[in-house]
Amino acid sequence: MDWMAWTWPTAIFFAVIASLLITFTVLAIKFPETPRTGILRIETTRGDRLFITLLGSAFINLAWLGIVGAQQPYALIVCLIYAAAVFRWV
Amino acid sequence: MEKTVNQKAWFLVLPVLLLVAFSAVIPLMTVVNYSVQDTFGNNQFFWAGLEWFEEMLRSERMWDALGRQLMFSGIILAIEIPLGIFVALNMPKSGFWSSFCLVLMSLPLLIPWNVVGTIWQIFGRVDIGLLGYTLDALGINYNYTQDILAAWVTIIVMDVWHWTSLVALLAFAGLKSIPDAYYQAAKIDQASRWKVFRFIELPKMMGVLMIAILLRFMDSFMIYTEPFVVTGGGPGNATTLLSIDLVKMALGQFDLGPAAAFSIMYFLVILLISWVFYTVMTNLEKREG
Repeated sequence: MDWMAWTWPTAIFFAVIASLLITFTVLAIKFPETPRTGILRIETTRGDRLFITLLGSAFINLAWLGIVGAQQPYALIVCLIYAAAVFRWV
Repeated sequence: MEKTVNQKAWFLVLPVLLLVAFSAVIPLMTVVNYSVQDTFGNNQFFWAGLEWFEEMLRSERMWDALGRQLMFSGIILAIEIPLGIFVALNMPKSGFWSSFCLVLMSLPLLIPWNVVGTIWQIFGRVDIGLLGYTLDALGINYNYTQDILAAWVTIIVMDVWHWTSLVALLAFAGLKSIPDAYYQAAKIDQASRWKVFRFIELPKMMGVLMIAILLRFMDSFMIYTEPFVVTGGGPGNATTLLSIDLVKMALGQFDLGPAAAFSIMYFLVILLISWVFYTVMTNLEKREG
């Protein structure tokens, strides 16, 4: 895989996203659901909430890097709190 | 009852999946890989961590380009959307002239982007271009290669010339789908022209207008060819929009790491805005029933 210049951290990053996608696909097949409307006043399914979580997490990480600039792993804690909030209320 | 659902049809999607994987997903993954490494060519990479992201977030050059980009997209949307609606409202609704207008309006959309750039590049030249020569003869100091305002006016007018048709065509399609009964009801109520527009035409056009805004925003946010051909990002960096800056960085300076970090942030902003537009659009449709 030299031509794509893989590194372990990026491989793990994509593996986590891929496994999340697979998990949510399996969940959607095994336990079908009806969309619900949360505080954003938009209909969301589990998949939508995952998307909002991932996209938001990207911005949280960037903001952390830009504003705090150190101890990046702590940004992941903020992301987890954000994820929990999205899955609970959105 | 016997189960009739057959999920095997999903396999028919496989070729598309492969195509998207090779044309979008794998290149994107490569960009992510580049963004955390440094290279001096020769396919050798060195781990750099989040350095490039940090550098880009602190880089004035990127924020300036983003500012110019937002200003460009904002200005062209503020002109093209109302102008497109205005044109659509004044187009003949049926008959020969309607088709004639439609064909005429589609023409700018068919011209390749670099040709549009070349047309305006020549059109604006003071020595041989009709526009530049005329303005110069009128005593207006117009030189898009040296004057920032002239350069901005040129690329904005060019974009308006190129893309207002798209908005007009979409708005026209929206207008055509309004049943006559609405207008008759408005007539009975003696509604003014403004009220017809405000309470009938505009709400009914909302769906297509959202598509028009989304398309125009995305296209203008990613615009490269036309301003590059006309101004080359100049004078100075005055019209260096995001993608022009990105290409300069990635191909001109061969700074693959910073350029990759830049691309990812660029991509995230586009993804966010598209998602917002898409969500608003689908929710509007649902509310309308």
